[in-house]
Amino acid sequence: MTMHSNAAPSPAAPILEVSHLGVAYGNDARKVQVVHDVSLAVSPGEALGIVGESGCGKSQTMLAVLRLLPRGGRVSGGAVRFDGRDVLALSARDVRGIRGHGLALISQDALTALNPAMTIGTQMAEPLIHYDGVSGAQARKRCAELLDLVGIPGATSRLGSYPHELSGGMRQRALIAMAISANPKVLIADEPTTALDVTTQAQILQLIDRLRRDLGMALILITHDLGVVAGVTDRVAVMYAGRVVETATTEDLFASPRHPYTKALLDSTARIEGQVSDRLSPIPGLPPDPRSPVSGCAFHPRCSYVRDVCHQDLPQLVDGIAGGEHPVRCFVDPFVTAPARRAGEAAR
Amino acid sequence: MSTPAIRLKDVSIRFPIRKGVLRRVVGEVRAVDSISFDINEGETVGLVGESGSGKSTTGRGLLGLSHLSGGTVECFGQDLAALKRDRGALPRISQLVFQDPYASLNPRMTIGETLGEVLHVHRLVPPAEIGARVAKLLDDVGLRRETAERHPHALSGGQRQRVAIARALAIEPKFIVLDEVVSALDVSIQGQIVNLLQDLQRQRNLTYLFITHDLSIVRHVSHSIVVLYGGQIMEMGPRDSLFAQPLHPYTSALLSAVPVPDPRIERARARLEVRSEPPDPSAPLPGCRFQRSCAFAISRCQIERPVLRPIGSHDSRHVAACHRMDEPLVREALSRASHGALS
Amino acid sequence: MLSFILNRALQIIPVIIGVTIATFLLAQIIPGDPADVLLGSTASEETRQELRTALGLSEPVYIQYGIYLKNLLQGDLGQSFTFAEPVTQVLVSRLFNTSLLAIAAIILASIVGVAAGTWAALKPGSIRDQGLSVVVLFFNSMPSFWLGLVLILIFGLHLRLLPVGGMDDATGSLAGLAAHMVLPTFTLAAWSLAVIARMTRSAILDVINSDYIRTARSRGVSEARIVLRHALPNAMPTVITVIGMQMGFLLSGAVLTETVFSWPGIGLAMYQAISTRDIPLIQGGILVLAIAFVLINFVVDILYAYFNPKIKLA
Ligand SMILES: Nc1ncnc2c1ncn2[C@@H]1O[C@H](COP(=O)(O)OP(=O)(O)OP(=O)(O)O)[C@@H](O)[C@H]1O
Ligand SMILES: Nc1ncnc2c1ncn2[C@@H]1O[C@H](COP(=O)(O)OP(=O)(O)OP(=O)(O)O)[C@@H](O)[C@H]1O
Ligand code: SF4
Ligand SMILES: [Mg+2]
Ligand SMILES: [Mg+2]
Repeated sequence: MTMHSNAAPSPAAPILEVSHLGVAYGNDARKVQVVHDVSLAVSPGEALGIVGESGCGKSQTMLAVLRLLPRGGRVSGGAVRFDGRDVLALSARDVRGIRGHGLALISQDALTALNPAMTIGTQMAEPLIHYDGVSGAQARKRCAELLDLVGIPGATSRLGSYPHELSGGMRQRALIAMAISANPKVLIADEPTTALDVTTQAQILQLIDRLRRDLGMALILITHDLGVVAGVTDRVAVMYAGRVVETATTEDLFASPRHPYTKALLDSTARIEGQVSDRLSPIPGLPPDPRSPVSGCAFHPRCSYVRDVCHQDLPQLVDGIAGGEHPVRCFVDPFVTAPARRAGEAAR
Repeated sequence: MSTPAIRLKDVSIRFPIRKGVLRRVVGEVRAVDSISFDINEGETVGLVGESGSGKSTTGRGLLGLSHLSGGTVECFGQDLAALKRDRGALPRISQLVFQDPYASLNPRMTIGETLGEVLHVHRLVPPAEIGARVAKLLDDVGLRRETAERHPHALSGGQRQRVAIARALAIEPKFIVLDEVVSALDVSIQGQIVNLLQDLQRQRNLTYLFITHDLSIVRHVSHSIVVLYGGQIMEMGPRDSLFAQPLHPYTSALLSAVPVPDPRIERARARLEVRSEPPDPSAPLPGCRFQRSCAFAISRCQIERPVLRPIGSHDSRHVAACHRMDEPLVREALSRASHGALS
Repeated sequence: MLSFILNRALQIIPVIIGVTIATFLLAQIIPGDPADVLLGSTASEETRQELRTALGLSEPVYIQYGIYLKNLLQGDLGQSFTFAEPVTQVLVSRLFNTSLLAIAAIILASIVGVAAGTWAALKPGSIRDQGLSVVVLFFNSMPSFWLGLVLILIFGLHLRLLPVGGMDDATGSLAGLAAHMVLPTFTLAAWSLAVIARMTRSAILDVINSDYIRTARSRGVSEARIVLRHALPNAMPTVITVIGMQMGFLLSGAVLTETVFSWPGIGLAMYQAISTRDIPLIQGGILVLAIAFVLINFVVDILYAYFNPKIKLA
């Protein structure tokens, strides 16, 4: 077994590399650690998925990478390297230079992520005009092209619309157009489709996938829907309670999930294909609250493979018994070991 | 074969659009436009469709919470209009549980008080037995009895949803409208609530209308499915038949858009595009509601409204409203698109 | 937007009718016979009766109201005996003086308040932010007449920099007017200025945590632009509402300030009217103040809608 400091190395050198990142709130006396020791990397052109339940720290990790943590939140350790630069050590001014151009964010909720008091055109053009020195007319032209690129009909006339005049799907498209307006090297999409209808979701995912390929961006796609990562990503990191518990190529992860949490998550999902099962197999209990952390492996109260060791010791992210680039944070391997108790029997 | 517990006949629900200084009525939103279907006793009908298609409005109409602009609803053999006149009769037959129980739970009352109040208002048990009854209700929905002392904010989303279900069950209704009850919950928790609902249904012979936009969940819980688009039924039928062989291009597009957690299937799938924006419910087009978005639309679709009908030798309970659904080429394209998911 | 304005304008009518009814009833409720007040208690019963008939006081109440309304529409609010002039005339000249003071005060309070609040919100928790909260607390915990008196003591009597009362100096020059306005304006504005500063600061800080601010930041927009172009416009509806509420408040504050500084406005006139039981003048003053209050709210509503694009459509 080898210790893993970074996620599985990728063919090309990573453009964004997060190592041992921690995020905490509050002072030392009442510290709440919401992200622990997270390591991730994406190479140019690659798509990385981050999956996990609500509250597992997906958004916090990415906000830390962009140095956008809200007041009270801070990076408690680790490093972020983008294009060879130490992001956490940059001056506020230099970070602004990276945002938009280097790292672009599509935030979680398109309803609230657009300024309600500004037209789409004005907010799209703002950084182009004020920081890239593009003229007003040129910026308008570029924005219309971008709206067209993301499939908003009547793009030029839409520049004068306010966000509330657009449908949910259109707003999400406008947000994507804004994110790619400065040709970023890495596009971070935080649950870009969660609030949308399935048909719109499929279109938006296709759009993001097409843009990534056409523009050669790296993509980090955050979601809680395993189906969404299956179609779009090359590799997936699964997070639970602020930690990465498994990373693998998308193929490997779905073909042979090695962490009990990943396996349980796949088993609990209702399927549109295959046999209709008599009952769903949900994961019992609830994910822990970072304010009252769980000892040992954070998943142990809900895990059907739990051992005594899981209660006290924290498993490290290491390559599984099968080897290869498939690190897992678990003492057991569900492919080799039978469950200690049946799923659903864990303490409620 | 059970008898229909709920029967909708040509139900329409319209909302006036008001404008100007005098709030004049300048038009109407046809939220639900002449729909008919049955729900058998002890069964679940899944109501699916995109946002704004009229799912919630239908559910509210069934409970007498939205005024019916046309048509009739029959609840366990009685007319809804008559039941509405008899105060308190309707809530004892049918109840509503919806997506955000937090909004409907009084934040200042403990869970025990909330449940106790329902029992008290409807005089379901003598005051002395309320405490015991609350404990029993909490047991039934899989919550610890101590939960009675807690306030809504101290509960997780899944626990609050259990409380909302307990509150509906308190009245011992026969029919429950479940409007997006699991949509806000994590996948790992959704299953807990779905299993609970199915267990309750089997134990008490409950009838459900399950409203959701999640086709995977609907497939899991429903006996039959109704697909709405722009306030009209595009297709309906028994679950297995509908998922195995969708007849309507919209159903097919919905199925082909559901992401499947399997990269091999997901990458090989052909997707059926839905082209434009959803229809404007205040200015319905003549002809088929789906025409603007349909990949198969022809000129006839713009003129003549298709009626719900079965095709050929198919199960006669499985009907759809499309002019082109019997054409072999269309059928093949539809089954290719949706079967990507089903294989 | 036009239909919105019309709609609001129509809603004003019943309110104003209500106000006239209230002021009319006011005179009915106030104890004492107007005839007594006008003629003194020594007049004969006959003269009194004549006067009552002349004033329409022997008619039923609704007819009296009709007469009152008719007179009102003709601009006739009766005769003020304190000033020995028609009430309308007293009020018109005084309304101008009060408006001058109130408008100067609200402009001062709004500009300085919004600027100070924004400036503090740029760096929450910093020295300047804490400094502002101390100043806010100071102004908000001090009664305005007391502040007025202190200012008179310091600037008028001790330093002899500014005049302490009245409105004009002997020359009637603009400079003289300005000098006379400084202390009353500041006294009247102080409380509102503090409230506006505090509310601007908190409205901006509320907005600054929104997702769209994060979107702007994630695109490299600078912090100063974030506050000025993104946060401030979105905080505006709240700020406008607060300013509107302060405008109403300023009207009542003017009464006190005018008495302290002997500013010849409606406030001072009302003060005198109340002490001499000059009922027509009290009635007229209340009516004018109430209508001013309603109109201010109307303007505030429109401004609120203007800064809130979602309402524009309605
Ligand atoms: N401002 C904050 N102060 C304290 N804790 C916070 C704050 N913001 C987030 N957290 C906590 O950090 C944890 C991780 O939150 P995060 O938003 O990263 O979750 P997520 O994985 O993105 O979930 P979701 O799917 O709901 O978006 C949560 O437990 C949350 O309660
Ligand atoms: N009270 C109302 N007044 C006017 N229009 C309404 C009202 N309620 C609903 N509508 C309109 O009726 C249509 C159907 O709405 P409904 O809420 O039933 O949709 P839905 O299918 O439940 O959508 P969602 O998935 O977003 O909940 C929409 O166009 C909506 O705008
Ligand atoms: S370490 Fe233990 S508790 Fe954690 S996932 Fe593995 S088996 Fe389960
Ligand atoms: Mg998140
Ligand atoms: Mg709904």
